[in-house]
Amino acid sequence: MPTIRVSANGEAALETRDVRVRYGNNEAIKGITMEIPRKRVVALIGPSGCGKSTLLRCFNRMNDLVPSAAVTGEVLFHGENLYADHVDPVEVRRRIGMVFQKPNPFPKSIYDNVAFGPRLYGRPPDLDDIVERSLRQAALWDEVKDRMNDNALGLSGGQQQRLCIARALAVTPEILLMDEPASALDPIASAKIEELIQQLVEHYTIVIVTHNMQQAARVSHYTAYLYIGELIEYDDTNTIFTAPHEKHTEDYVTGRFG
Amino acid sequence: MSPADSARASRHFDQELQELRELLLRMASRAEEQVRNALAAVKQRDAQAAQRSIDRDGEIDALELEIEERTINLLARRQPMAGDLRTLVMTLKISTDIERVGDHAVNIAQCAKRLAEALPVPDVGDLDRMAEVSTGMLRDAIAAFIDRDAELARDVCQRDDQVDRYNDSVFRGMLSEMTRYPGAIVAALQMMLVARNLERIADLATNLGEDVIYIVEARTVKHHAGEVVSDVETEGEFDQ
Repeated sequence: MPTIRVSANGEAALETRDVRVRYGNNEAIKGITMEIPRKRVVALIGPSGCGKSTLLRCFNRMNDLVPSAAVTGEVLFHGENLYADHVDPVEVRRRIGMVFQKPNPFPKSIYDNVAFGPRLYGRPPDLDDIVERSLRQAALWDEVKDRMNDNALGLSGGQQQRLCIARALAVTPEILLMDEPASALDPIASAKIEELIQQLVEHYTIVIVTHNMQQAARVSHYTAYLYIGELIEYDDTNTIFTAPHEKHTEDYVTGRFG
Repeated sequence: MSPADSARASRHFDQELQELRELLLRMASRAEEQVRNALAAVKQRDAQAAQRSIDRDGEIDALELEIEERTINLLARRQPMAGDLRTLVMTLKISTDIERVGDHAVNIAQCAKRLAEALPVPDVGDLDRMAEVSTGMLRDAIAAFIDRDAELARDVCQRDDQVDRYNDSVFRGMLSEMTRYPGAIVAALQMMLVARNLERIADLATNLGEDVIYIVEARTVKHHAGEVVSDVETEGEFDQ
């Protein structure tokens, strides 16, 4: 039986109930039930193929975009199942944003990148304010404020990733999902992303998938360890990295796995 | 990193951890031997043997420095987690405690030198039994660390009470010897000091036991005296 000790006590930003994901005949997620507490950072860790990115993508219906993927079970957001028939996946992705491993700015100006989402959802009169606020929240404003019309592809990798975070924040999500957001960055840029995560969690709930255990240990409040589609252990991060309850978790975090 | 790479890297780390464990074992064995030699010097009134003990303390100090340096390097380079993290952090604490055991052995050896020149105390009371229990605790605490034996570690912690009682008994016995044989006052005072150092060694062995329980079970038993360790009320009057 998995060790699950995280209870959001009614303060869950997201709750999954027996979530299963199949790609054809292959069950990638084998019935995961967990709560993501509000305004906390939750790290999903586990070896390659354990299902952590698949699980992350269930949280904002990104798996819908994979034709062979079939999701069952429930993901509750404000008490509502995100997979219910009447739910609009585009609205889901606005309220639950995602940042990917490789920074993927649009080949447009810095301003247009951040303004893209708000424009899509209507043309707010205070667009300049939204762009500035989002860039400030993403700790990028001071570096780009004098060149807002420059092409975003001219930014460094770390700046591009913060721009992508600003772009996600511009549509005022409640939850940010991050799929290895720093793994393509150098240590300094990576440290800036980690610092940013710790600032953002004052206002947002963050779920981060990372291969880097030290990073999970540094930034998260709670850590979930997955193995071949199962949630093996989910507990506060101090416990996972100093005294995990499951032997399998211990073997993974000490590098004895395999 | 592929699982195969990870396993290879881990085997090398295991090797480094094993070397560290062996160093700690060597240090602990040296400290235990030092205590035994110092106690033998007390018993045999052998000032030369006592001096040899005092001279060898530097070996323990050098081992402490080496263990400290290796542990800090491993913490920096390996960024250990879970059981490895607990082992390395506790290794630092254990080596400090063992170094203190070495210091107490030196104190006992110094008592032995003074005792060799003083009139003997006719009756040393429970001192021999106290020495036996204290050194047994030290030996078993080290064995518990080597074998990761939390049960043995718990047993060590429970024996601390007994040593405290012996310490009281030796203290009272020596007071009574002083009254009966004023010529033995110097020696009786030294015996009280020997007992106090043994009591400290037992305390340090108890610390080692608690650290072993933490390494093995990730449970902190320190300061939860009721569960594992004796209550501190019974500490000897001499323990100021």
